[in-house]
Amino acid sequence: MAEPVLSVKNLTVQFPTRRGVLTAVDDISFDIMAGEVLGVVGESGAGKSMTGAAVIGLIEPPGRISGGEIRLKGERIDNIAPDAMRAIRGRRIGMIFQDPLTSLNPLYRISQQIIETIRTHLHVGEAEARKRAIKLLDDVGIPDAARRIDDYPHQFSGGMRQRVVIALALCAEPDLVIADEPTTALDVSVQAQIIDVMKELCRERNAAIMLVTHDMGVIAETADRVAVMYAGRLAEIGPVRDVIKNAFHPYTQGLMGSIPSLTTDLDRLLQIPGSMPRLSAIPKGCPFNPRCPKVFDRCRIERPDADPVAPDRRVACWLYPEVTPA
Amino acid sequence: MLAFILRRLAQSVIVMLVVALIAFMVFRYVGDPIASMVGVDTRLEDQEIMRDRLGLNDPFYVQFGRFIGNAVRGEFGISYRLQQPVSQLILERLPATIELAFASALIALVFGVGLGVFTALKRGSWLSGFIMSASLVGVSLPTFLIGIGLIYIFAVELQWLPSFGRGQTVDLGFWRTGLLTESGLRSLILPAITLSLFQLTLIMRLVRAEMLEVMRTEYIRFARARGLSQRAIHFGHALKNTLVPVITITGLQLGSVIAFAIVTETVFQWPGVGSLFINSVQVVDVPVMAAYLMFIALVFVVINLLVDILYYVVDPRLRVDAAGGAK
Ligand SMILES: Nc1ncnc2c1ncn2[C@@H]1O[C@H](COP(=O)(O)OP(=O)(O)OP(=O)(O)O)[C@@H](O)[C@H]1O
Ligand code: SF4
Ligand SMILES: [Mg+2]
Repeated sequence: MAEPVLSVKNLTVQFPTRRGVLTAVDDISFDIMAGEVLGVVGESGAGKSMTGAAVIGLIEPPGRISGGEIRLKGERIDNIAPDAMRAIRGRRIGMIFQDPLTSLNPLYRISQQIIETIRTHLHVGEAEARKRAIKLLDDVGIPDAARRIDDYPHQFSGGMRQRVVIALALCAEPDLVIADEPTTALDVSVQAQIIDVMKELCRERNAAIMLVTHDMGVIAETADRVAVMYAGRLAEIGPVRDVIKNAFHPYTQGLMGSIPSLTTDLDRLLQIPGSMPRLSAIPKGCPFNPRCPKVFDRCRIERPDADPVAPDRRVACWLYPEVTPA
Repeated sequence: MLAFILRRLAQSVIVMLVVALIAFMVFRYVGDPIASMVGVDTRLEDQEIMRDRLGLNDPFYVQFGRFIGNAVRGEFGISYRLQQPVSQLILERLPATIELAFASALIALVFGVGLGVFTALKRGSWLSGFIMSASLVGVSLPTFLIGIGLIYIFAVELQWLPSFGRGQTVDLGFWRTGLLTESGLRSLILPAITLSLFQLTLIMRLVRAEMLEVMRTEYIRFARARGLSQRAIHFGHALKNTLVPVITITGLQLGSVIAFAIVTETVFQWPGVGSLFINSVQVVDVPVMAAYLMFIALVFVVINLLVDILYYVVDPRLRVDAAGGAK
């Protein structure tokens, strides 16, 4: 089997606070293969962004990775020197943030921002970098790129700015792109286009994508596999078709109710009452147990890990016995 | 751009007219101009004739119009105290004040921005903490105390620097400068530091606050995610955004440096317009007072105008807004 582009093992991210240590990401493991799109879903505060920030090494202190390891094409990157990590950011891992209106520096021309990024990572001259920048803008679908490149961010619409952000994330041809809710801040009418552009460009470059979103619809259409997070933990992970058709984890079953276009089946539009616990008050046992319709005694005492239960599927739920792969 | 400048110019003219009105009221109604010009033994009839000849019996608006006309030509009458044209007095003393003001503005700007950036980036280090506490002293101590303190330490005790005056100056014809002689430069140090301290701490705290604010923005995070070097992020992206608001404040501060120079000039017996003003107030030398008022207003208005234009050059978003959103 080929080596994964990204391999995260038992990742734990913690914040020391005055009222004790909060665990924002709790013992998460997953892989992403080259050219693959991994969707990451979960309610607000589930730890999706924090996982992405950990991978690219941008967790704000006092938060820190307190356990586990992150490997990029086999090399550990969670414990390397800041300078070495800086050389990876933007070069081998690209990042796309949620809000294109605030991701770009308002005082710099688009050309300056792209060229400086290209020249930080690749040994090319100013003229060559500019040529590449225009080509990139053209690729992400900015009309008349050669002329628009010297405009300032505020001269572009939200959708166009997100295209610029995508161009910036891709300008050194990274192996992995982390897109943290790349369309949430955009007009609904352009969301699909942006996702398409991003996916297409990554496919051409054989880059893997970690796509964080609230939108199960986007996952269903875009991702190859999906990871469902709950209260900092991985609830379920597996191929997107299988998970949608046949969700194992009771929480995932509830989430599936939020894909209006794919499920017409009314009895699957299951509601989940209650809300995700705060980090300071995660219940003992399975973190989902107070809201789980199928809760039983063991759930309140022992915490389930995301263990394999079927080929390429892992679920953190006591309802499913672990299957050791042969 | 042109429309923007014209609009600002129009605003400036209005401000100047208002100040002129105030200056005129001071000029005309504080004390009696005739009484100040003639001896006590002049007969009342003669005073009346003079009054007529000087136009002091004309209607208010005629007199105000004449005042403005003269002011535009730089004529503010004759100083009662020194019996010289006021404009000449001010021009003679202007270089001293301007050199002092620019020297201290330069100190304030360089150290203010430098220390502001340092304390923002090295937040939490003991040196930053120390600088921040020291800056509190800087804002809270009155200027004259700082000046006297510096004189005591560096002029009286250590005897390194002169405590008063401007040292030797060189006359360039239109400008009498103290920047070309060693004694001139040495004399400049203490007053320039004294005058700069308040603005320095102000700029430093402003830069620090802005910088911390900017460092939290998404575009700085994104710049990090793009793998840019620490230097490019701090001194390119962050500092440039920090300076946008700092320019305004600093520019306006230059105006107040010139105005605040009064105290420093008095403490150091610096022969500038500020000390001219103080000496004039003591003897109610009204023409000088009125002219000084106009002069300070002009300084503020001109600086304001320059700051606006600079702001406009630095921040591309303003250019579009001012052009009605058109690209
Ligand atoms: N500085 C901090 N100190 C303590 N806790 C923090 C800090 N920053 C984030 N957290 C917590 O970490 C948890 C994970 O946050 P994260 O941003 O990863 O959630 P998310 O899944 O991306 O949510 P959203 O969908 O709202 O973006 C949240 O519960 C949040 O409150
Ligand atoms: S472990 Fe128990 S509480 Fe948790 S999801 Fe499974 S059934 Fe529900
Ligand atoms: Mg998030």
